[in-house]
Amino acid sequence: MSELNLAKQQDLTKSVLKNLSPLRFITCGSVDDGKSTLIGRLLWDTKAVKEDQEERLRKDSRKQKDGLNLPEFALLLDGLQAEREQGITIDVAYRYFSTPKRTFIVADTPGHEQYTRNMATGASSAQLAILLLDARVGILEQTKRHAMIASMMGIKQFILAVNKIDLANYDRQIFETIETEFSEFALSLGITDIISIPMCALKGENVVNKDLDHMAWYEGPTLLEVLERATIRSKQTVGFRMPVQRVCRPNESFRGYQGTVSGGAVKPGDSVVVLPSGIKANVTNIITFDLVRNAAVAGDAITLELDRNVDIARGDMISSIDARPLVGHNFSANIICLVKSGIVANKRYWLKSSSKLQRVVVELISVIDLKSGQYDACDSFELNNIGKVKLRFEEIANFDIYDENPDTGSFILIDPDSNNTIAGGMISAKIEQVTNIDNSTDEEIIVFSMSLVEAKKLQQLEGFKAISDKVQQTQTTKGKLRDLLSDID
Amino acid sequence: MSEIENHQKPPLEPHLKELENEAIFIFREVAAEFENPVMLYSVGKDSSVLLHLARKAFYPEKIPFPLLHINTGWKFSQMIEFRDELIKRYELELISFTNPRGANENVTPFTHGSALYTDIMKTQALRMALDDGQYDAAFGGARRDEEASRAKERIYSFRTPDHRWDPRNQRPELWSIYNGMIRKGESVRAFPLSNWTESDVWQYIKAENIPIVPLYFAKKRPVIERDGMLILAEDERLELAPNEQIKQMDIRFRTLGCFPLSGAIKSSARNINEIIKEIEVATVSERVGRAIDRDQAGSMEMKKREGYF
Repeated sequence: MSELNLAKQQDLTKSVLKNLSPLRFITCGSVDDGKSTLIGRLLWDTKAVKEDQEERLRKDSRKQKDGLNLPEFALLLDGLQAEREQGITIDVAYRYFSTPKRTFIVADTPGHEQYTRNMATGASSAQLAILLLDARVGILEQTKRHAMIASMMGIKQFILAVNKIDLANYDRQIFETIETEFSEFALSLGITDIISIPMCALKGENVVNKDLDHMAWYEGPTLLEVLERATIRSKQTVGFRMPVQRVCRPNESFRGYQGTVSGGAVKPGDSVVVLPSGIKANVTNIITFDLVRNAAVAGDAITLELDRNVDIARGDMISSIDARPLVGHNFSANIICLVKSGIVANKRYWLKSSSKLQRVVVELISVIDLKSGQYDACDSFELNNIGKVKLRFEEIANFDIYDENPDTGSFILIDPDSNNTIAGGMISAKIEQVTNIDNSTDEEIIVFSMSLVEAKKLQQLEGFKAISDKVQQTQTTKGKLRDLLSDID
Repeated sequence: MSEIENHQKPPLEPHLKELENEAIFIFREVAAEFENPVMLYSVGKDSSVLLHLARKAFYPEKIPFPLLHINTGWKFSQMIEFRDELIKRYELELISFTNPRGANENVTPFTHGSALYTDIMKTQALRMALDDGQYDAAFGGARRDEEASRAKERIYSFRTPDHRWDPRNQRPELWSIYNGMIRKGESVRAFPLSNWTESDVWQYIKAENIPIVPLYFAKKRPVIERDGMLILAEDERLELAPNEQIKQMDIRFRTLGCFPLSGAIKSSARNINEIIKEIEVATVSERVGRAIDRDQAGSMEMKKREGYF
């Protein structure tokens, strides 16, 4: 038996129950930083590449430029013919690999600026982002842009992969300069969880295996070690939410509501409220194919039975009574434009969120200049633009703020003319009353409620600072807020 | 709640539970959003998992759509037996469709070559069956880890009225919010197993005790060697070339399709634990036994654009 097979046998004996949820992550970087090579290397060193794939890979590989006698890893990933021909990645590719400790789903996203939308797609379901850069080149605008998009999409954990360190003579000074510069930038975005790793993806140094020959000075973890211990944000600390996907009526005597718990937990006996109707009921049973359960938590696909017959349809939200989502006609949101035709101000679109389709009119507020990070007022949104909008619903809507619950705070916009998905969005606040703040008189009170995180961001804006003397700011709980608001007409 | 059966088992590992939850969500979403869905059922292991998840998704209701089997007429006889027994046991609605051109023009994998045969009896047959039923959504068991072009397939994969897939122009898919808006004649293929790997499928079959066709388990069976593949020699329609001899060998199948095009592997894995062990140390990918993938580079992408699953 060859050594390779022996090694695999040993891996198997180590194989223990994978007690961690799979980690979904994205890789981003500029065109030639070697993203595909990095993922290829991860697949290779975790033995996810099979012999026939290797054989095809070697057949397809162009000349060997490095003398390592390895196939071109990038070809593993660039699956579509057009990509193979052009030698670039043009769409999001999902790859899977596992170690004895964990399984991984990686979205390989393109580096070209015009494909920002694909990066946002990959980032939407990821819990961690690897930002790749070339040690010889250092931090580019693109690196910052990707960090900004990933952070906006709710990613909290970052790995700065300082690649091609071999071509920078394994110079510790170079690595540390990049590390410091990036940390300072990241802090300005509110990113605090960053691990920087010097590596050479092509040779596999500090990816899966530690490099002690050239980088003995680096005492931190390898890339795979960081991935294996990355945390996944718990959705169980927020209020109970279950968007109703369908009503299950197998016979006259049974009526159940099917959906996936998208926040908090529920158990039989809990009182719940149905939105938007506001009707209350008690949970009698949590039914799954396997057994009648005594509790369900975020992520579980279940069927709920309630103690009374109430009018509930697809798109309704079943929520805990004491921690409800925000309910209203007007919300503000961050969105990213995904189509060439752009987003047209004041056009009626479809908005889909949590299994619910609604009509919405989008008011464009500002678009971010990805170079400076500043928001500029705008009257149109083009492909790959990211910015702030106001959503005006025709019927009452309910959301959570994206930072608090991404499942119930995210949405897509669909163009009724093309049926295409034209934007992805994240709710940032509910707008209590719609008035132009500059024209408000002394008698008028405008109330904004938003999460603490959002409020902090707002306070940093120049525009806000200019009018801050007119603003009374109060920090409160949702329950107290309701009492407070009930006193206002 | 006497009508609720008790299927109690030890809890699933977290990564399998997450995959299961995601698949159930997709099933419910499609069933609620489309008027006339159908589930493509190929009788293979992925289809078995898909069927199991569909039963779970709608329970205590029965699966609210029919199953569609594209039968080329050249499937392993064990697959058809297994299919019919399962349909009876779970009281499912099955539509079996065979392209009439097969009989009319005597299209066989031997006479027409694997590429043309597959196009007529699988791709065209599927399009005819979908048109016949006027289905606006079709569930499939495809996984992104199977093949390079599938790695970019969306969960809701949009198809034009003539069933074409345009890989360069796919709808963006963010979070788990799927866009099911289509015009009349257009359709969506939905893939609940997108994020599963072959290893996940086997571990799930084991954990959930899902029945599968016995050909997946190793046994002494009669085979011939042809074009570097081991072909099962049980069907009388298999004509032997003068130099071909039937041998008895311990074999099993990693994927099942039409018997003349499905290569067996030498194996002694007689039960699910042995299969899982075998896969963990396997050094070739599962599609290596599929003749149709080897026709030319990028061959799966070309077939998919034409409407193949």
